[in-house]
Amino acid sequence: MTRGGFWSVALAVGWRNAHNFFTNPAMAIPALMFPLFFFTAFAGGLSRVDSIPGFDYGSGYTTFVYGFVLLQASAFGGVFTGFSIARDFESGFSRRLMLAASQRGGIVAGYWIAALLRAVFTITTITVVALVAGLTIDGSFVDLVGLYTLALLVNAAAMLFGSGVAMRLRTMQAGPAIQVPAFLLLFLAPVWVPYDLLTGWVQAAATVNPVTLVLEAGRGFLAGDPTEVLPAFAVALLLAAVTVLWARGGLRSAERAA
Amino acid sequence: MLARRSVVRTLRQPMMVVPSLLFPLIFLSINSSGLDSATRLPGFPTDSYFDFALAISFVQGALFSANSAGTNVASDIESGFLNRLSLTPLRRVALMMGQLAGILALGLIQAVTFLVVGAVFGSGIEAGVAGALVIVAMSLTISLAFGCIGAFVALRSGSGEAVQGVFPLFFAALFLSSLSLPRDLIETDWFRTVATYNPVSYMLEGIRSLVITGWDGEAIALGFACAGGVALIALTAASSALRTRMVRT
Repeated sequence: MTRGGFWSVALAVGWRNAHNFFTNPAMAIPALMFPLFFFTAFAGGLSRVDSIPGFDYGSGYTTFVYGFVLLQASAFGGVFTGFSIARDFESGFSRRLMLAASQRGGIVAGYWIAALLRAVFTITTITVVALVAGLTIDGSFVDLVGLYTLALLVNAAAMLFGSGVAMRLRTMQAGPAIQVPAFLLLFLAPVWVPYDLLTGWVQAAATVNPVTLVLEAGRGFLAGDPTEVLPAFAVALLLAAVTVLWARGGLRSAERAA
Repeated sequence: MLARRSVVRTLRQPMMVVPSLLFPLIFLSINSSGLDSATRLPGFPTDSYFDFALAISFVQGALFSANSAGTNVASDIESGFLNRLSLTPLRRVALMMGQLAGILALGLIQAVTFLVVGAVFGSGIEAGVAGALVIVAMSLTISLAFGCIGAFVALRSGSGEAVQGVFPLFFAALFLSSLSLPRDLIETDWFRTVATYNPVSYMLEGIRSLVITGWDGEAIALGFACAGGVALIALTAASSALRTRMVRT
């Protein structure tokens, strides 16, 4: 198989999914609405939380919340792409795609391109809304490159995880199996307050949750005070590497069933 | 007969019952640990965020009821069952209430579950056993209110997908309320204004007052008035939509 085969499959699948996303409000609106709800509800409703003794994030609560919502939007861009894969299998489209594709790895790469475009669209919209709502960015250009690179790595890992599940189960009923682990990993991190202000079992969970490192590094980039950068990138790259293997296994499973 | 059918049909579907119990409890569990430090804010009404957040479970459970009610009614429209019912001499309100009986049964299960979980994890209902009964009554009224909205959407659209599409709006109503902090501690002006005009705030505060404060007549009256008012308006709208649909039939 040629490299051209791989990329022509990837670009065709990516274009089709991106086209479906951008031309279908039923797909685009929920992908935007949920992060916007969370941003509005947390940044607006919980802004007083930055007065809690021990809340030590200098760039303000809106920026603190933006750090989380950015990560959430990135992850859910990948998760929702997993739903699209499941839908393609249920409708029979994927079976035809598997027969036609010269390089089946290109199918996963195509879905990744679509997930990337979805994430860029959602992140851009949320960033504009956040800037209007008073987002303060104290980080430098290099910090922002680090922040958005982390976000896109999370997007890739979430998409590859969703792809692995969807290709193994090949039904829309795989939705909760894709969404719930992503949701739990995100919300068992220091979402509303810094790690030191968490209490009880959520603090214990946040201690072992790899997303905590990524979230804290992202907030550090926003505040211009990079923290946990190497561990966060190591975790994000490790997640991406593990999910590549997971997605590859899913593709093999789908090939056997095709 | 319709009420019995609605109850059996709702409770027989694990996908309607389990998420409506599980998701509010997961949210409560994460929220109460994640935001416990908010109780250190001056003026916060209790020293336990679990007690403060318990009320959210009741309203969140009711939101799932709206989805269930709408989906059930839409399914009856899509299958033609409602068309056959239109041939009977049933009164519209009776028909609507029959359709919503399953949601009330689900609401009762939710309310009792959340109260038991609250008691197990240390939330003493400040208003006592009688207060717990009032919480159940208010919770059922809220379930009825949201259930009627779900049924209205289903009757107007005739589509289960439309009901699912409206679901995020219910969540917007929940999030833009005094969900996470008391209204007087919400710092952002526009958010506090929206929360003040949002009836969901008063539903939450009605239940919350019984858990945290005890017998606060104003909060309880406002809670019942908002839930009852929304229920009445939505029931009227749903009945009207039902009439239109039956005329078309």
